[in-house]
Amino acid sequence: MQAYGGGETVNKSARNAVPVQEAALRIGNFEEVAKGFTEELALAEASRCLNCKNAPCMQGCPVGVRIPSFIAALLEGGADKAAGILFADNNLPAVCGRVCPQENQCEKYCVRREKLGGSVAIGALERYVADNAADVRPAVAEKQAAKVAVVGSGPAGLSCAADLARAGIQVTVFEALHKAGGVLVYGIPEFRLPKSVVEKEIDGLRALGVNIECNTVVGKTVLMEELLEEYDAVFVGSGAGLPLFLGIEGETLCGVSSANELLTRVNLMKAYREDAVTPVQRGRNVVVVGAGNVAMDAARTARRLGAEVTLVYRRSRAEMPARAEEIDHAEEEGIKFELLTNPVKIHGDERGFVNGMTCVRMALGEPDASGRRRPVVVEGSEFFLPCDEVVVALGTTPNPLIKDSFPALETTPKGTIVADENGRTPTEGLYAGGDAMTGAATVILAMGAGKRSAGAILDELRRKGKIK
Amino acid sequence: MKKYEILSKRTLAERVNEYVVYAPAVARHARAGQFVILRTDEDGERVPFTVCDYSREEGTVSVLVQEVGYTTMKLAAMNAGDALADFVGPLGNPTDLSAYKRILLVGGGIGGAVIYPQAKQLAAEGKPADVVLGARNVSLAIYTEEFARFADNFYLITDDGSSGKKGFVTDMIEELVKKGEKYDCVFAVGPLPMMKAVCALTARYDIPTVVSMNSLMVDGTGMCGCCRLTVGGKVRYACAHGPEFDGHQVDFDEAIARSRMYREQEQAHICRLTGEVRR
Repeated sequence: MQAYGGGETVNKSARNAVPVQEAALRIGNFEEVAKGFTEELALAEASRCLNCKNAPCMQGCPVGVRIPSFIAALLEGGADKAAGILFADNNLPAVCGRVCPQENQCEKYCVRREKLGGSVAIGALERYVADNAADVRPAVAEKQAAKVAVVGSGPAGLSCAADLARAGIQVTVFEALHKAGGVLVYGIPEFRLPKSVVEKEIDGLRALGVNIECNTVVGKTVLMEELLEEYDAVFVGSGAGLPLFLGIEGETLCGVSSANELLTRVNLMKAYREDAVTPVQRGRNVVVVGAGNVAMDAARTARRLGAEVTLVYRRSRAEMPARAEEIDHAEEEGIKFELLTNPVKIHGDERGFVNGMTCVRMALGEPDASGRRRPVVVEGSEFFLPCDEVVVALGTTPNPLIKDSFPALETTPKGTIVADENGRTPTEGLYAGGDAMTGAATVILAMGAGKRSAGAILDELRRKGKIK
Repeated sequence: MKKYEILSKRTLAERVNEYVVYAPAVARHARAGQFVILRTDEDGERVPFTVCDYSREEGTVSVLVQEVGYTTMKLAAMNAGDALADFVGPLGNPTDLSAYKRILLVGGGIGGAVIYPQAKQLAAEGKPADVVLGARNVSLAIYTEEFARFADNFYLITDDGSSGKKGFVTDMIEELVKKGEKYDCVFAVGPLPMMKAVCALTARYDIPTVVSMNSLMVDGTGMCGCCRLTVGGKVRYACAHGPEFDGHQVDFDEAIARSRMYREQEQAHICRLTGEVRR
């Protein structure tokens, strides 16, 4: 046996699995797939943590959660005690515990990963604490006169707003849609992230004094110049909202949509409910194009709406950008994968509705700029894939709405906002972070960016003598 | 006043109501040609409507609503004093006809609501436009008094000849052009088949034509792509790039097909609301 941390012997017990809803059952509902740890499982899993002195797990956390400390607190004093530590670093722990790609972050660096029964299930423990603790959000500092505007109520904006509010700043968040939460409410499906969980987190921010103005499109309803005039600083976390399409024939046929459209109709507008007013295409044979997390969300959503779903991706399984867990869940739910396959044309009937797709087979050639092997078309491999709905999930680019109305905003050729690692843009008082700055990434990276910008904004306000 | 309160409602034609909504934040930057998205209630769908008038002083924005589907029927049941759940805007780009000198505004049915603020603005700029307003019958013709006041020449044409001339807007446009009227721009707004017919006609006479596309939308800010259409062989978003486009470049057949995407589901909804299916 090896000695770690305090020198006690190491238990080699295997990682505890999170209970999930059976695939056969869950494809018939939109309830959460992963059910979360029971108290018994949570304590058993927490006791697997070696409480390493150097806490390698923390280097994988974009918001710097003191992981071994909160786990130790969970063992000592339950969820309430753990929450005191967790909530100080993470503004949306119930969200992160569910949607963070922990296998590439904290859990990647866990010393138990290779030989000691697998990494501690840090994400599942985070969720357990967030779901089961009484609200013990850190106290708000003394009120300051300074005012900051936050554009967008997604993970970047909410995280920035929360840190500023705790420091006593008056924060107003502007949201274009009628509901706060950004991608957490319009994008990520109910079965991965229940909207009641998001609402609870947002209520927590409101309790910190954050003012959220929905139905406000910055660049249209309120102009950036007005915000820079009225507020001491502005943080833009407007996300990467503009969907990419394939650019092939037939893409404007009825029944072809972006993953954003399908997910917005189903998640934000609740189109999966029988009594919903907002309609949604309910194809019998749906083809989803793409293999990222959004493609998995779209495929699994279409499956729950009653479709047979085929996912088409031009590279092989090894290159699929989605989390392994999402790919596995999709497969368990009966999603078929047509890998090394690329659509070349979408066909429609006389009414203009989709009735099939022509695809070609691909082979992997030399690595391209992204380091992934470039797919090349296999000559003469064309084939017809019958389908009555196509969902395109090829990624998104930043929405140009703010840039168009505020040309002083510097953007890259890709449309992302130019800013330094703390989100400072060349325009004084203007900060940006999250997908609007990086292009489409993850919830937690956006939260990390919002947090760093909040820190930089506080530094600037202090320097200018605007806060005590 | 309540947020998004309906301050007044007046019936302009059969099943066509004008709502003046209290929305100072929207009124502040609203301009002719832009649109808003509203929801009637917490369970409502997001539906776009063109801004047909606004007052920055009063903090109001007016929209014209024709009862055609679930949400518009729900709106028809709402009255002054009621409040909408959501009202966001101004979205899309404002109309820009500054490059043109002699403009013919063409409105079909409720499309009159979109050309009305334009007629008013052009009159204020000292270059009043000619206006052709088409309607199925005289009881469906809207803003006739206002057009008579703001237009240089106002022509009303009805399908059944119940007032003005009998025929379609295209008949009227052709008559004017043949008479020797020289327009350097036609701005046409109405049902898709009407805009298609107008564009086919003006293309023959080589008159630049601008149309306003009333595509289906969800978010209205460029996020979902539901409103996409093909213009000059390129895919464009009505919400972000429009709603106005060069009519001679728009693929109307595709737009017409896309406008019918949810027709069956829509009828099921109406059925639930009224116990009947309207066609």
